[in-house]
Amino acid sequence: MKIIMAVSGAVLVLYLFAHMAGNLKIFVSAADFDHYAHWLRELGAPVLPHQWGLWIVRIGLTVAIIAHIVSATLLTIRARKARPVKYAHRPKVQGSYAARTMRWGGVIILLFVIYHILDLTTGTVHPDFAEGEVYNNVVADFAPERWYVTLFYVVSVIAVGFHLRHGIWSALRTLGQQSARGQRIARAVALAISLVLTAGFLSVPFAVTTGLVG
Amino acid sequence: MNLKLRVWRQKGPEDKGRMVTYEVADVSPDASFLEMLDVLNERLILEGDDPIAFDHDCREGICGMCGMMINGVAHGPERATTTCQLHMRHFKDGDSIDIEPWRAAPFPVIKDLVVNRGALDSIIQAGGYITAPTGTAPDAHATPVPKADADAAFEAATCIGCGACVAACPNGSSMLFTAAKVAHLGLMPQGQPERSSRVISMIEAQDEAGFGGCTNAGECTTVCPKGIPLNLIGRLNADYLKAVSGR
Amino acid sequence: MTEFWTQGEPIADTAAPDGPVETRWERRQFTAKLVNPANRRKLTVIVVGTGLAGGSAAATLGEAGYHVKSYCYQDSPRRAHSIAAQGGINAAKNYRNDGDSIYRLFYDTVKGGDFRARESNVYRLAQVSVNIIDQCVAQGVPFAREYGGLLDNRSFGGTQVSRTFYARGQTGQQLLLGAYQALERQIAAGNVEMHERHEMLELIIVDGKARGIVVRDMVTGEISTEVADAVVLASGGYGNVFFLSTNAKGCNVTATWRAHRKGAYFANPCYTQIHPTCIPESGSHQSKLTLMSESLRNDGRVWVPKKAGDHREAADIPEDERDYYLERIYPAFGNLVPRDIASRAAKNVCDEGRGVGPGGLGVYLDFADAIKRLGQPAVEAKYGNLFEMYARITGEDPYVTPMRIYPAVHYTMGGLWVDYDLQSNIPGLFVVGEANFSDHGANRLGASALMQGLADGYFVLPNTLGNYLASGPYPKVTVDHPAVVEARRDVEERIKKFLSINGDRTVDSFHRELGHIMWEYCGMERTEEGLTKAIGLIRALREEFWTRVKVPGKGEELNQNLEKAGRVADFFELGELMCIDALHRAESCGGHFRAESQTEDGEALRHDDEFAYVAAWEHAGFGTAPTLHKEDLNFEYVHPTQRSYK
Ligand SMILES: Cc1cc2nc3c(=O)[nH]c(=O)nc-3n(C[C@H](O)[C@H](O)[C@H](O)COP(=O)(O)OP(=O)(O)OC[C@H]3O[C@@H](n4cnc5c(N)ncnc54)[C@H](O)[C@@H]3O)c2cc1C
Ligand code: HEM
Ligand code: HEM
Ligand code: SF4
Ligand code: F3S
Ligand code: FES
Repeated sequence: MKIIMAVSGAVLVLYLFAHMAGNLKIFVSAADFDHYAHWLRELGAPVLPHQWGLWIVRIGLTVAIIAHIVSATLLTIRARKARPVKYAHRPKVQGSYAARTMRWGGVIILLFVIYHILDLTTGTVHPDFAEGEVYNNVVADFAPERWYVTLFYVVSVIAVGFHLRHGIWSALRTLGQQSARGQRIARAVALAISLVLTAGFLSVPFAVTTGLVG
Repeated sequence: MNLKLRVWRQKGPEDKGRMVTYEVADVSPDASFLEMLDVLNERLILEGDDPIAFDHDCREGICGMCGMMINGVAHGPERATTTCQLHMRHFKDGDSIDIEPWRAAPFPVIKDLVVNRGALDSIIQAGGYITAPTGTAPDAHATPVPKADADAAFEAATCIGCGACVAACPNGSSMLFTAAKVAHLGLMPQGQPERSSRVISMIEAQDEAGFGGCTNAGECTTVCPKGIPLNLIGRLNADYLKAVSGR
Repeated sequence: MTEFWTQGEPIADTAAPDGPVETRWERRQFTAKLVNPANRRKLTVIVVGTGLAGGSAAATLGEAGYHVKSYCYQDSPRRAHSIAAQGGINAAKNYRNDGDSIYRLFYDTVKGGDFRARESNVYRLAQVSVNIIDQCVAQGVPFAREYGGLLDNRSFGGTQVSRTFYARGQTGQQLLLGAYQALERQIAAGNVEMHERHEMLELIIVDGKARGIVVRDMVTGEISTEVADAVVLASGGYGNVFFLSTNAKGCNVTATWRAHRKGAYFANPCYTQIHPTCIPESGSHQSKLTLMSESLRNDGRVWVPKKAGDHREAADIPEDERDYYLERIYPAFGNLVPRDIASRAAKNVCDEGRGVGPGGLGVYLDFADAIKRLGQPAVEAKYGNLFEMYARITGEDPYVTPMRIYPAVHYTMGGLWVDYDLQSNIPGLFVVGEANFSDHGANRLGASALMQGLADGYFVLPNTLGNYLASGPYPKVTVDHPAVVEARRDVEERIKKFLSINGDRTVDSFHRELGHIMWEYCGMERTEEGLTKAIGLIRALREEFWTRVKVPGKGEELNQNLEKAGRVADFFELGELMCIDALHRAESCGGHFRAESQTEDGEALRHDDEFAYVAAWEHAGFGTAPTLHKEDLNFEYVHPTQRSYK
């Protein structure tokens, strides 16, 4: 189960990297960014028909997320079962906060992803969504007067950062990392990846809100 | 000093249990935590109350018999210290202290602060040994063990089986305990023949006993009185992956 | 004086072969009858105790195919008190090429025991010691090693060779885990039935043979009877009769005392080892004492103020007002005199009112000179963990203020009398480990108790017990046999009695008071007058106990005070016998110093012509003076000499 966790988590991390790289194109130019969205849909062409590539990625992601959530839930159920009576004095967190908040962090991320897809992929909750005009959609999303959306994105992305920092380190441990030196490296890698991802994702809404882009 | 204790009282396995408040006066800062409870118990007996049951034996931090949650921390606020080696000088006059038993499904409460930790023995039964019938051993010097390995094995073998790691783990997992034993035996040449089967059966035994799964929360190592390090869990996972893939 | 005991028939150890000491064990093994492996399954053996002795015995017997039932009072066999041993385990491996040999270990042990141990037993112990290390290494015990990967040794307890194997300061734990793991393997295999949290409260004798025990399930309070073909007691030492000792809180004499009351002889009960370097008492809450390694005396200097009643801080006492009394009295050995001498000297200066710390019960162990000479880092490297432990317990920093130490009861050499086969005078009752009296005479050498426990359990008992069982079969006993029913009823009545007294004093308060009496009169230095007085005091206190003790709760539940009450009740009877034994032995030997028997310069004086025997006591019924049976000791190889450390 832990292994499923680790592997599905790793798939999600890979996606996040690709996604971030894509997002960062917003800094290059509007056209480039839109082009990226378009390219997404042509992924795998000419071998695969229009949007198939994207759907494969989407299916892969969904499978990974479901596997991930299912195993997280099973672990949580087991944990509950293993401690049927709670402590009256809530245990002090002795280890790390990132580790202790994995479950809530995960739920926040899931909620965010749902909102996020409704927002920028389907446009359901987007005020003036236009299919294909990804650049505009994003810019409109993070307009200064829509600060609460921005805030939600920021909070979520930070949650992702925390989740990943512990998650990646944990995944490495689950996959057998064990030496003291390895542990330092694992910690550093986890921290670096999560920082890069957090910074990368955060740069977009910041840039839009502050008018750097748009 | 004077203290206010809130102690988990539970008459027996079937009782629901509750926290009960006791005031204790004139506690000597030189007394150990258990001696403080001894003094309270003497008073309770003479007042006609039932004294608080708690496990203990060696009172020098080595047998692993003692253990309670003190203000939500297994074995109390001092790091790398068993409850019996915790002294009252680490508390202040007027402090209020919550005392609870280890809580985990595989550790059912027997009475008050006494729990049944037999599940840890069942993990050892599953494979936490080296098969070496008496009298069949070769000369002790037949197999040299590199000092580094011997020392590392020793570090892992210092686990006293107290169960604090389980009590502190948000998942109620016994992973650190199991990892310590797997590392102790796996680091020595004598432990190699049974290395794969050992790790698989011990992991299965801990799941069967009802311990939770480890999510690397790391609480266990911070309360471990012997400072068993977290990377032994990584070692266990590596051994496990290797063992299942080689099966 | 003889109102306290009566003289019985002498006894002899008839199981030991004579002839050359080197081949006695081999010859005994050869003459022992064997049990056909196919029949072993049908034979049940009860083993009480899971320490080094009981754990190794149960594992080995299980492996051999017997049906074993094992008992301990802790919640896991791994927690037996053997786990606390720090220093190490001796073995005559001669890995150091420093002239060690089986013969030298034998010689050192007989001499160390002040010529009150049997040569045949000690020789076998030294022989078997070699196999113990092999066995433990094969089990994965992580002994300390050198860079070449071979086992490291250190010298220990005043011997001139390096023969002590160790695992940092946790040798006992590591050895016990080895035995425990072997035991768990047998439990998993179904050969050993493990009963944790079960206390033995009575021995069952049928037709003169030990056939079972009565136990109380400490969780439910259920009393049950267990029958078997033989019973092995491995229940450890009885140092807790002193209340404060380095023993675990649960250590008790109940298992062996109940057997004694059923006819087993108790040998040399007064031989107690008092360890000089323990952390002193800090107040009336004190529940036990903690041992600190003797190695501290290699560099620490022991002193007290010259003036009685000097309450200044150590730092304020100038050099010329300090009395480095060990260096003064024993210039040759100084701070490194043997345990008994260091302990007694500390008591003497404290009795003079020169003790330091709370209650004036302590002497300084000062590292200031060592720190000056070697530098703090060197001292830290050598003793860091001990200093840390001291600081944790006392709250004082020993790098700044000198440590305070005081002697504490540590080990009991006495125990049930056994022959060479480790069988008591009751057929079918075997006794191993600290619970028997066998190998250490009047004084035990450091690192020899672990060796004895494992020798008994892994190597000796499995052979000699087989001989007994092969002499059977013994008629089946069922739990409705009258002797079984009676033993059970006795236990139940005793428990009822405890619960019904409902007096006004706690069990602990009685235990503490008994401990004071024992420490005062039957501790480091004993006199005829003091011992006689102590016997009177103990009897009076015991009367009071049976009328005023208050044991709360019920019998049918986890009831820790009920457990204690049973143990303390037995300690009262044992304490009296210890005083009688100490009284009758009008000589000083080993751990037993009789003030009336000393040389002109105050050293212990043995009387080999009168007392070269084992004192085996027979219970003659409650309120009747016990009967003394003497087993003469002959020394064919190591000839008695007086010790001198001046
Ligand atoms: C602090 C300390 C340090 C020591 N250091 C050393 C050292 O460095 N080297 C050395 O050689 N020796 C040392 N010793 C001595 C040595 O540890 C003991 O003598 C030895 O371990 C005793 O082993 P055992 O198996 O006989 O008994 P124990 O280990 O005491 O085991 C007794 C067993 O009997 C059980 N039991 C007792 N009573 C009952 C009952 N009524 N019913 C059911 N079960 C019962 C207990 O549960 C336990 O399992 C030390 C002792 C102490 C106290
Ligand atoms: C409801 C949603 C989620 C929940 C409940 C959840 C919960 C968890 C939990 C409990 C862990 C286990 C930590 C461990 O095993 O050490 C974990 C790990 C991880 N999570 Fe999530 N998570 C969720 C969503 C996500 C999402 C959306 C991503 C990616 C963007 C993600 C990425 C990761 C990674 C990379 C790991 C590390 C894998 C591992 O440790 O084995 N999670 N998650
Ligand atoms: C603030 C930074 C982010 C921006 C600007 C952003 C932008 C976008 C955009 C524009 C799309 C739509 C692409 C398209 O339909 O063409 C999209 C899709 C998506 N994003 Fe993000 N995103 C951000 C952060 C995140 C984070 C942190 C996650 C995950 C934890 C995430 C997960 C997804 C997913 C799963 C999709 C749907 C992909 C698909 O199925 O088409 N995004 N994002
Ligand atoms: S790993 Fe540490 S906390 Fe867990 S049982 Fe062992 S000593 Fe106790
Ligand atoms: S706290 Fe629990 S989750 Fe794992 S790392 Fe320790 S066992
Ligand atoms: S009582 Fe033995 S470790 Fe605390």
